[in-house]
Amino acid sequence: MRLATALRWIIFGMSLLPFIVLTLGAVNNSLGPDPADTLIQETGEWTFRFLLLSLSITPLRNLGAGPRVFPYRRTFGLFALFYASLHFLIYLLFLLQLRWSEISEDILERPYITVGFTAYLILVLLGVTSVKRMMRRLGRYWKPLHKLVYLVNILALIHLSWILRTDLTEAVIYASILLPLLAYRVYKYYIGKTSRQFHSSTSS
Amino acid sequence: MLIKSKPDILPSEITPESVFHDRRRFLASSLSAAFGVAAAGLPGLSGAAAGDGLRARAPEDLARSAPAQWWNAKFENISPAAHEGGFYTAEALTPYRDVISYNNFYEFGMDKGDPIANSKQFKVDPWSVSIEGEVEKPGVYTLEDILKPHDLEERIYRLRCVERWSMVIPWVGFSLADLIKRFQPTSKAKYVEFLTLFDPSSMAGQRARFTTIDWPYREALRMDEAMNPLTLLAVGVYGNFLPPQNGAPIRLVVPWKYGFKSIKSIVKIRFREQEPATSWNMLAPQEYGFYANVNPDVHHPRWRQDMETRLPQTLLSSSRIPTQLFNGYAEQVASLYKGMDLTKNY
Ligand code: HEM
Repeated sequence: MRLATALRWIIFGMSLLPFIVLTLGAVNNSLGPDPADTLIQETGEWTFRFLLLSLSITPLRNLGAGPRVFPYRRTFGLFALFYASLHFLIYLLFLLQLRWSEISEDILERPYITVGFTAYLILVLLGVTSVKRMMRRLGRYWKPLHKLVYLVNILALIHLSWILRTDLTEAVIYASILLPLLAYRVYKYYIGKTSRQFHSSTSS
Repeated sequence: MLIKSKPDILPSEITPESVFHDRRRFLASSLSAAFGVAAAGLPGLSGAAAGDGLRARAPEDLARSAPAQWWNAKFENISPAAHEGGFYTAEALTPYRDVISYNNFYEFGMDKGDPIANSKQFKVDPWSVSIEGEVEKPGVYTLEDILKPHDLEERIYRLRCVERWSMVIPWVGFSLADLIKRFQPTSKAKYVEFLTLFDPSSMAGQRARFTTIDWPYREALRMDEAMNPLTLLAVGVYGNFLPPQNGAPIRLVVPWKYGFKSIKSIVKIRFREQEPATSWNMLAPQEYGFYANVNPDVHHPRWRQDMETRLPQTLLSSSRIPTQLFNGYAEQVASLYKGMDLTKNY
């Protein structure tokens, strides 16, 4: 039990590491000639990585890691929200520089922003409803609502692919992690459908 | 079209950066005068003797050595930029360090830091350029032959990337027009096409498996654009030899067009009757046209084009400035496009 607590703190600290490194870089002005650009790219990537981490917890649990990994689904999900919020904040402060008149043009006319923004709104909704009280309040609606995280991941992949333009290697790497994680859900869904006894209430 | 004429130098644009540089140079020359030595050891000091008239030199610790012996003689006499005609701007220069480390050169990778990291082994000697197509004197020429008759000059140009950032860079080179005249294009030559080296063994980006670029990278200009005195063939930057990541050994610089028109590491120049296909136009024709003139009024689906970020910037001091039509070179080039609808011919 003590080990588990220690592990939890270590993982928490490691999840904060990108934030600390980037903050130090920003303070020391060592992020290159366009620090805002560096920050938006790094926070975007970390958002996606935490989304994928969160998504891999359920398969991990079912494939033998057991229930002790389960709390990390929420932890990583909230870290994804944390980095996405930084990402959005950097966009607002340093790219948009709070010129609110331009945000509507960006959201309406730049498809990759439209998609990113949609993903972020959903993620906020999931974050807000991830607390115990909201879980209880939403009851049986909670699970279907939180299945939207699959959509967030797909939107993230589209957002990224539209940004990359010519060399899609990075998108291919993210996709090769995301697609098996999604395929696993599809597989579970059909297994559950065909043989009712396997339909455990915790699979998701 | 109404072209507003603006003075080249605004008092507000003479920034501490250039003052700082001049001060340092002054310090260097007075030091060396006082002690009778070249004060070459000072960090960031100009590599050449002070008073050579150039705006800027690469700092000694970052300066490159010549790719081959004959380059040294070539670089001994670089004439300063004429202050008229768009060849010069007094705006603050983007520091050398940023110019050589923040690059779009997909042949060496997608990230801005990839080109400097992945081009260390890139060989620019020997190098030859093939002159082809509608021209009286086609052939494969060594770079030495290409450069021999041309005197080098400094040109201080704004560089505007379609990604919404910009720099001010002191190039070293000569007018493309002078080169073109030597090879005598025929009356059929309406366009000039340029190709970058294709060498996957030394250019990692060309080996990338999921690249959508049809290598080699290609660009082109209409003949009258190519003959405009502003159009530069650059072989140096900051008074020094061009580093690989900036397009060594020879590249194009077309200051009134988005940066991707200024093709790097050229191995082929082809004179053609028909409009050649160009790389970005092939990739995304709805985003990138043949002309790619800097134009704040032409909408782009990825980046706003009415403003730009002048690099370097920090988080707390934003350097966002309005983008000018033809990147501020309207006086020199607007006549090339008289009667054309620039929103259609983007
Ligand atoms: C869950 C939501 C989001 C995820 C997972 C995400 C992810 C990413 C990723 C992976 C990148 C690419 C980094 C790279 O180039 O390597 C990126 C870039 C970017 N994102 Fe997001 N993003 C999200 C939401 C948003 C939102 C809400 C906005 C703004 C309204 C936004 C604006 C941008 C911008 C401007 C870039 C840089 C584009 C460029 O480099 O040209 N993103 N994002």
